[in-house]
Amino acid sequence: MTTTDAPPTRPPADERVASVGLLKRLLVKPELGALVGAVVVFVFFAAQSSVFLSPAGIANWLDPASTLGIMACAVALLMIGGHFDLSAGVMTGTSALTVGIVSVQFETSIWVGIAVALVIALAIGALNGFLVVRTGLPSFIITLGTFLMLQGLNLGLTKLFTGTVNAGGIGATAGFESAEAVFASSFTIAGQPFRIAVVWWVLVTLLATWVLLRTRFGNWVFATGGDEVASRNVGVPAARTTITLFMTTAGAAWFVGVVYAVRQTSVQANVGIGNELIYIVAAVIGGCLLTGGFGSAVGASLGALIFGMTQQGIVYLRYDSDWFYFFLGAMLLLAVLTNRAIRRYAEARR
Amino acid sequence: MSGPEGAPLLELRDIGRDFGSVIALDGISTSVRAGEVTCVLGDNGAGKSTLIKVLSGVHQPSRGELLLDGAPVRFGAPREALDAGIATVFQDLAMIPLMAIWRNFFLGSEPTKGWGPFRRFDAATAKDVTRRELAAMGIDVRDPDQPVGTLSGGERQSVAIARAVYFGARVLILDEPTSALGVKQAGVVLRYIAQARDRGLGVVFITHNPHHAYPVGDRFVLLKRGRSLGDFRKDEVSREEITAMMAGGAELEDLAHELERPPS
Repeated sequence: MTTTDAPPTRPPADERVASVGLLKRLLVKPELGALVGAVVVFVFFAAQSSVFLSPAGIANWLDPASTLGIMACAVALLMIGGHFDLSAGVMTGTSALTVGIVSVQFETSIWVGIAVALVIALAIGALNGFLVVRTGLPSFIITLGTFLMLQGLNLGLTKLFTGTVNAGGIGATAGFESAEAVFASSFTIAGQPFRIAVVWWVLVTLLATWVLLRTRFGNWVFATGGDEVASRNVGVPAARTTITLFMTTAGAAWFVGVVYAVRQTSVQANVGIGNELIYIVAAVIGGCLLTGGFGSAVGASLGALIFGMTQQGIVYLRYDSDWFYFFLGAMLLLAVLTNRAIRRYAEARR
Repeated sequence: MSGPEGAPLLELRDIGRDFGSVIALDGISTSVRAGEVTCVLGDNGAGKSTLIKVLSGVHQPSRGELLLDGAPVRFGAPREALDAGIATVFQDLAMIPLMAIWRNFFLGSEPTKGWGPFRRFDAATAKDVTRRELAAMGIDVRDPDQPVGTLSGGERQSVAIARAVYFGARVLILDEPTSALGVKQAGVVLRYIAQARDRGLGVVFITHNPHHAYPVGDRFVLLKRGRSLGDFRKDEVSREEITAMMAGGAELEDLAHELERPPS
C-alpha cells in the first residue's frame, strides 16, 4: 500500500497544500510543453532572419498556422474525448469541392453551396461518430474507411459533374463578395494585410478552451476520453458526447474547406489529403494524450503555430524545405516524450 | 440501531439474471432499510457483481421483482437508478484518474449557471461544495484541484462515497470497497459506511470478507454460485457461521486438515 511509511497519526491537512508550488501547478498544464516549444522555435528563427519578425513575415507564418489551428482545436477536442478522425483532412477537400460543384454546376448562390457543404460535412461527422459508438471499434479504423471512401468520392464525383479533376469558377458565382468578406478577406495592421482566418482561429481557440474547461460538455469530453465505461456509469451521455465531437471536427473541416474554396476559387479533387496527420501532430505537440482524457485546445493552437513558424522560417533561412518534415517529426517525438515525463513528474509529486 | 420495523427502501423478490445460457443469479431475496447496512457476502464468482449491476440499472433482471418504497420498478440505465436515489460506488469507483477531484465529484451532474448558450459549469461552486462535503465526512484532501489518480485507494473510495451521499442517495451500494485496501484504510472506509448509515441511508455493502461485514452489517445475504444461501438478521447468525457458510463449512475443515503439518 501507499501508506506503509506514513506516521501513525495523520498530520493536519493544511500544511500539505502549501507544498504544491507554482512550478508544479504550471507543469500539470497540458499546453506548457507546446508553449516552451513555440517560444524556442520563435526565438530560433527570429534570431537568424529579420524577415521572420517583419509584419510581412508574421502574416506569412500566421496564415498556414490559422487554418491548421482551427482544425487542430477540433481534433484536440476529439482526441481528449478518446478518438481520432483520419477523415478530417479529406473532409476539408469534400467541403471545398461541394461548394464549387453546387454553386457552379447548379448555378446557385455560393451560399447555397456553403450550406449544402455544411449539411454534408455534419452528416459525415455524425456517421463517423455513430459507427464508432455503435460498433465499439477503434475510431482509427472506422475513419480510415471513411477517409478512403471520401478520397474516392471526391475524385469520382468531381469528374462526374465537371468532367475534369477540379471544380473551378467559384469566383464568378452569385454572393461571392459577401462570402469572401466572411471567409477570405484581409485586415491591415501596420500596413500589412493579415488573413481574416487568423481572427477565426483565435476565436475558435477561445471558444474551444471555454467549452472544454467551463461547460458540462467539456467535463464530459474529458470523462469520456478518460474512462468511457466509468463516465457512463455516473450518468454521462458518452455516446452523444462522442458523436458531437465527430460532428465538431466535421464542422471545422467544413469551415476550413470553405475558406480554401473561396480563397482559391478553384479546387483540385485531391485537396486536404494527408493533412489529417498534421492535425493530430499539432494536437499531440499541444499536449493531447493519444489515449484520451488529457489535453488542451490552446496547446493544439500552439502546435499549429509551431508548424506555421517552422514551415515559413525554413524558407526564410533558405534551408532546403525537405528538412521541414524531419524537423516536424523530431518536434513530435520530443513533445510526446516531454509530455509524458512532465505528467509523471507532476502526478507523482503532488 | 434502528429495528426491522421500518418499511424497506428497496426490496428484492426472487431476482434472477441470465447471460445467454448461464444463470448468473437466481432466487435472490432481501431488503434494504433506511439506517441499516445490508451486507452481500460471497466468494469470487458468487454473483455479487451481477447483483449490484441489477440494482444499479446496468443490467435488467431476467426474473423477479425489484420494489422501491413498495412499488415495483425497472431501471433501464444507471441514470434512472440514480434519479430514483440509488447511488452505486462501483469497484472501479467510476472516477477518471486524470481529472481533478472536483470535476470527478460532479461528473454527470455538473452544476451550471448562466443562460442559453452562456450556460456554463459553475466551477467555483463545484470546488466549494467538494471541499465542504469531503470535510464534512472527515476526508482530508490536500487540494480539490489535484487529479484523482494521485489519491490513495482509501481516499478515492471516500471521495466516491461522499459523492454518492451528496447527490441525495437514499440507497448507497458499495461494491467491494475494502477489498483492495490495507487494514488501516479498510477501517477508514468502514467508518464512512457507518456514517452514511447514521445519516439515514440504506447501505448495500458487497464484500467477500466477513470480518469487514460483520461489525457494520445489520442484515446478511450470502451468495454462492449465483444462489442465495439465506438472508439473515444480525441476531440470527454469528460471524463464525457466516465464515463457515461462505467457505462451504466442510470444505474449510478439509482445507484445515490439508494445511496442517504432517505428523513427524
